Amino acid sequence: MSAVLPLPTTRALRQRSHWTDRIAHAALLAIVLALGVFLAAPLAAILLQSLENRAGAFVGLANYTSYLATPALLRSLWNSVWVSALVTFITVPLAFGFAYALARSCMPFKAVLRTLTLIPLLAPSLLSAISLIYWFGNQGAALGLIRAFGVENIYGAPGVVLAECFAVFPHALMILVTALSLADARLYEAADALGTSTRRKFFTITLPGAKYGLISAALVGFTLVMTDFGIPKVIGANFNMLATDVFKLVIGQQDFQRGAVVGLLLLTPAVLTFAVDWLVQRRQTAMLSARAVPYRPRPARAFDAAMTAYCALIGALMLAMIGMAVFASFASFWPYDLRPSLKHYTMGLVDAEVGDAFVASLKLAAGTALFGTLLVFVGAYLLEKTRGLDWVRPVVRLLAMLPMAVPGLVLGLGYIFFFNLPSNPLHGLYQTMALLILCTIVHFYTTGHLTAVTALKALDMEFESVSASLKVPFYKTFWRVTLPICTPALVDIARYFFINAMTTISAVVFLYSPQTKVAAIAILNLDEAGEIGAAAACAVLIAAASTAVTLLFMALGGWVDRRTQAWRAPAGR
Amino acid sequence: MTEYLRLEGIRKSFGAFQALRDIQLSITQGEFVCFLGPSGCGKTTLLRIIAGLETQTEGRIRQAGRDISVLPPAGRDYGIVFQSYALFPNLSVADNVAYGLVNRRQPKAQIAARVDELLKLVGLPGSGSKFPAQLSGGQQQRIALARALATSPGLLLLDEPLSALDALERVRLRQEIRSLQRKLGVTTIMVTHDQEEALSVADRIVVMNQGVIEQVGTPMEVYRDPATPFVADFVGKINVLSGELHPGRNLRIGASCFACSMDTDAVRSVKVYLRPEDVLARPIAPGDANVFHGDIDKIEFLGSYCLVSVRSGDIGPQPVTVYLSLNYLAEQGLEVGSRLPLRLLPERMRFF
Repeated sequence: MSAVLPLPTTRALRQRSHWTDRIAHAALLAIVLALGVFLAAPLAAILLQSLENRAGAFVGLANYTSYLATPALLRSLWNSVWVSALVTFITVPLAFGFAYALARSCMPFKAVLRTLTLIPLLAPSLLSAISLIYWFGNQGAALGLIRAFGVENIYGAPGVVLAECFAVFPHALMILVTALSLADARLYEAADALGTSTRRKFFTITLPGAKYGLISAALVGFTLVMTDFGIPKVIGANFNMLATDVFKLVIGQQDFQRGAVVGLLLLTPAVLTFAVDWLVQRRQTAMLSARAVPYRPRPARAFDAAMTAYCALIGALMLAMIGMAVFASFASFWPYDLRPSLKHYTMGLVDAEVGDAFVASLKLAAGTALFGTLLVFVGAYLLEKTRGLDWVRPVVRLLAMLPMAVPGLVLGLGYIFFFNLPSNPLHGLYQTMALLILCTIVHFYTTGHLTAVTALKALDMEFESVSASLKVPFYKTFWRVTLPICTPALVDIARYFFINAMTTISAVVFLYSPQTKVAAIAILNLDEAGEIGAAAACAVLIAAASTAVTLLFMALGGWVDRRTQAWRAPAGR
Repeated sequence: MTEYLRLEGIRKSFGAFQALRDIQLSITQGEFVCFLGPSGCGKTTLLRIIAGLETQTEGRIRQAGRDISVLPPAGRDYGIVFQSYALFPNLSVADNVAYGLVNRRQPKAQIAARVDELLKLVGLPGSGSKFPAQLSGGQQQRIALARALATSPGLLLLDEPLSALDALERVRLRQEIRSLQRKLGVTTIMVTHDQEEALSVADRIVVMNQGVIEQVGTPMEVYRDPATPFVADFVGKINVLSGELHPGRNLRIGASCFACSMDTDAVRSVKVYLRPEDVLARPIAPGDANVFHGDIDKIEFLGSYCLVSVRSGDIGPQPVTVYLSLNYLAEQGLEVGSRLPLRLLPERMRFF
């Protein structure tokens, strides 16, 4: 072969970097390093662990084959799958009905009903399991009710399914409300002009429009149930699921290898659903053009009344759930002496050192909110608004999206494997509050990142160009312009981090030490010790703290709006 | 005439796509130059390369005798105005204008005086305490202009500064920009896709298409003497007629013969480019050369004058468009279907 193509002789020019650009590059590299060490490395550690034997020698797929040969573990896998599917199948239609009422009817008290459905988000998911025990447990208030349906005992699969329905409902609802709010009124007007029946409009316009939302809600629901640890632990009894297996294998039997295999089993559906969801979301955003006219529901007495009744029923169930936990936490001696007392609170807080755990929780939440918001926002800013170092940017983007696909349980597992290695120079972090904070930041990184990116993308792309032309370094523009404009988004991100850090169990359950035990973990321990009253009290305390903090953040948001957003709606002069 | 900016062999490729090919251009001190072309022709890319916001794949840039080819934006000397204004919405007008001054550690009083001076310059004195959102689009763009001029840059870059404004405001602001530029003498490059804008403000126009410069010239040259069919087509309205060029300065279109300014050795087919105003309806005296007759096919009313489409058997099936004043149509009682004589000006024909 003599016909060799001549190689291009000139290399593309490269612009010299200004020293301020180099600061930005260094900071971006620091973000990559942080995400690499605290996200990618722990995940890689799980994969490695699953391919090694106890002595650390490479054994290929031996751990997997031995797992598949264990009938008990396979049963857990099957349990996890069918419970997740069933919960999804029940919750998504229920949430769709609720979302439909919120978006498409003139139902009164929308705000109140909506708020009721958000209650489960304010407490660890296992609060609903504790409540169910009080309702339908062996000494439950309404045990007869489930017996009438032929369910002998709430412990096990029935309890898990029911509790998970409560836990998943608000997540599914949020997605579906968004999907249904994105309606273009012009489609309905066109259909009306053509004399289309209500039924046909529902099936030809509404349902296709919400299709992606439905898929997304189902996927999120499935993954949440699959990877939830608290509920099966509290109410599952002998009903084993993957999430509880991981805990037993790793913490109970110290069988890291098979724990890693189960961890990867949990990661797989999560990553798959995440990938599908991501594709679906991208299409959803393209659906609504900027010219669409928002849909405004018109009053229809019978329909609105039916919708109100339905939503009131759901709201009542939510109230019954939280209400029972609150009530039981104050009951002197369930079910014999129901007079209110603070016994469980004093007993839990003082004797079982839940007070310390509560302080640890607040530390964790505050640390996560503070450092998480800082890290997420600076990361998103460097990613979106600085120039150069182009090869790093896709890596950052991927690493920022990855946590969404990683269940907390898997992340926590990875942290054990990675930071517990004596040879790891970061070994000293193991079981410290700092590592708990880092783990929680990474766990909830993606939502914060997306909020920050959305806020940043709303800014004019040329601010940075103008600043450079005026020879103002980027960090001054960041401080004087970008940050003040984005403060509302920062408050949102901080609140999200705070609430989730207060209520999360899955990742931290692997990482706490007696000194860093947080309140959500304390609930599990109290429940295990049979102190369910104190467990309820503790869960209620977390819910109360979350509520207070939410209100606080709302006030802060209002204050920030008044202080920094005056330019948005300027009074004309 | 000293040279201020020199582009040598600028090439830019995005993957396999060639956005700019071998751009050579020299701009003199104090000149107002427009980059004109359809969207995607590379004019904005070229401006951003001059600003250092993009990096050319190849080629050199010299500004005021300094090689700035690979300097970062902050190392160059220019002010820039974008279509979106890009005013900092949370800062007052005065803070926006002073944005580049504050960084130079000047005394506060001096900065305030400079801001006042600039606001007066752009015709918005006393608006310093307002927020950008309280101003109209045209006012915001004036503030952006003041901000860009605050540090007295040697080069002013305007990236479609008028495109987001309504028609009246656009005409007003472009004249203001022009007179401001005259007053300050700052070398200016404006990117636009609006040929009327370019014709009315530029000292020279750089007509671009598909990553190459088609023509560089004064507005008059570009309009009267388009170098390529693309330029003729893109700048102003034009008739394109197919004909045959014969020896002896003889042009045949359809069945008719016309005198023309171009000679040839052998018969060859040509495209004749004629502006509507170069096809005369009057004055035509009996016995004038280059006259043909046609029937009015369509009249497009544009206000004081009309764009009249004429078909003539004399020159075959191709229609010819001419400008006729409303008065003339009324005087002659012309309407669709009327017959009228038209005369071609030999010296105005362009052949490609």
